[in-house]
Amino acid sequence: MIYRETGQFKANYADDQALFPIAQDRYVIYAVLFATFAVVPMILNQYWLNAIILPFLIYSLAALGLNVLTGYCGQVSLGTGGFMAVGAFSIYKLMVAVPELGFITLVILSGIITAAVGALFGLPSLRIKGFYLAVATLASQFFLIWLFNKVGWFFNYNATGMITSPPMTIFGVLVTGPEATVTAKYFLVASIVAVFALVAKNLARGRFGRNWMAIRDMDIAAELIGVRPLIAKLSAFAVSSFYIGMAGALYFAVWLGSAEPTEAFDINQSFLVLFMIIIGGLGSVLGSFLGAGFLVLMPILLKNILVDGFGTDSALAAHIEIMTVGALIIIFLIVEPHGLARLWRIAKEKLRLWPFPY
Amino acid sequence: MLFFIEVTLSGLMAGVMYSLVALGFVLIFKASGIFNFAQGVMALFAALTLVGFMDEFGMPVWLAIIGTIAVMIALAWVIERVMLRHLVNQEPIILFMATIGLAYVLEGLGDILWGSDVKVLDIGIPQGAWDWLWDQGIYVEKLELFAAATAAILVIFLAIFFQKTRTGRALRAVADDHQAALSVGISLHTIWVIVWSVSGIVALVAGIMWGSKSGVQFSLSLIALKALPVLILGGFTSVPGAIIGGMIIGVGEKLAEVYLGPFVGGAIENWFAYMLALAFLLFRPQGLFGERIIERV
Repeated sequence: MIYRETGQFKANYADDQALFPIAQDRYVIYAVLFATFAVVPMILNQYWLNAIILPFLIYSLAALGLNVLTGYCGQVSLGTGGFMAVGAFSIYKLMVAVPELGFITLVILSGIITAAVGALFGLPSLRIKGFYLAVATLASQFFLIWLFNKVGWFFNYNATGMITSPPMTIFGVLVTGPEATVTAKYFLVASIVAVFALVAKNLARGRFGRNWMAIRDMDIAAELIGVRPLIAKLSAFAVSSFYIGMAGALYFAVWLGSAEPTEAFDINQSFLVLFMIIIGGLGSVLGSFLGAGFLVLMPILLKNILVDGFGTDSALAAHIEIMTVGALIIIFLIVEPHGLARLWRIAKEKLRLWPFPY
Repeated sequence: MLFFIEVTLSGLMAGVMYSLVALGFVLIFKASGIFNFAQGVMALFAALTLVGFMDEFGMPVWLAIIGTIAVMIALAWVIERVMLRHLVNQEPIILFMATIGLAYVLEGLGDILWGSDVKVLDIGIPQGAWDWLWDQGIYVEKLELFAAATAAILVIFLAIFFQKTRTGRALRAVADDHQAALSVGISLHTIWVIVWSVSGIVALVAGIMWGSKSGVQFSLSLIALKALPVLILGGFTSVPGAIIGGMIIGVGEKLAEVYLGPFVGGAIENWFAYMLALAFLLFRPQGLFGERIIERV
């Protein structure tokens, strides 16, 4: 009754090929955008924005990137942490060297640099497949982190090896550095994420996305019908790294403020983002957001329940937390291996037929 | 020259330690096609349990080892019952993610049960330099020699188990083709419990060796990451591959650290193994001894 395409007539090709062909989907998107930019910053306080919403948005961007590679193109990567570090260090070098280009340009530039690095590390994927590739991508993780630790040029030879983001402004509003307000950071990150989520949605249904999915479903068959694996796989690596690089740049420059490669971008980041897309749903833009939301919120929620609710001491709570996260992941995989996005798809099917399912 | 021999030998010995972990991976991958990321944490968990049995309950070494083996078998049973049984026929990546979840659970469980501080594990393995070679001017750790001997015995034992026993034949049948094995009456569930138990015991051996060397602590679970390049080099499905791959990685890593490290700033041990494995993979995508990958449309 509420959610169905019956009666929505398309009068021209543009309507027919719209990103969201069903009117209700469009209304939901408008509502979400309105909520993101008008309601959320009004009702949520600084703590919420900084501790939950900002990491959620940034991880969503990273999850989107990994979803392009793993969900759409079927190449498992464990190098996400390393690529995030590339993004972070590129934007650091750029912010110090050419701050006059403006922050947004720099974020996109650091994405492009990461894309180049990602395509380079994607080269083995042309020869290696499956878990062999997954392990091979670990090489990029360890190599990149080592590189950023050892080569002084990347952190401008300061003694601690830490990088700290200098203050920068957009339209005269501070967005990085310790003096920037959380609200400004929020608007910046939310706009970038919103724009690039739409771009990803668009890419996925276009020629590139279809090529990726053909490669994912069966690479030899895809090759036979004329999909070039070199172009398809490397473009997936490049686009994926572009997103992950931007996420890394925002993660460091906007959210953390200062970072040190071994801690901020270690292998656990790679696993975390991989968990997000598995729990959210492989090959789904919505899934990236759901997964990121779930994995950002859950540890905080658990900690609050355990420490504040039951008065568990914090060391024990940390152990219980890690156990629960692990157990929940297993339970999730058993109950719904296609992720949260699949639940939404089922709900959508049900809604279309409701209230006369036969 | 003497120095070169010493570095090579110590690389070989370190390689054996990696092989011990890689062996557990191979066993599970062969029998169930699961890439078990929890192998490293299983080694940590086994070592923690062993230390716990010895220190907190005052058990003698042999009893504690038997107790730990019992715990690992029980664990294998629980894992099969709670997790694997429900994940039959899922895609490999889902199973892989589930084992990462398992790694988290085991890590938390081990810490809650036995505490997270560094523990000393001493079950009477000789330590120190091996006198005979020390006289020739080469330093070789007795413990590592002992580990190498244990690994050799373990491999012989596993080879006999796989080739000569009824269960071993069933395991090979499952490894070859799940469906065919099922159709001739082999129970997949039993096989999985057996194979996870065996790799649990291998994990215990690895845990004992690494624990005696550097104390039982969280970093033990990270040796799994060290075993991965060994795996891709040797091939996921080959037991000899795990051993030889381990040795190549061990030697390559040590030689690179000593002769190449100084030029690029050192600490290249972390990634060199991966690069080495990657270079091998470009020529043999299935690893040195892995089964040839045949693809059909």
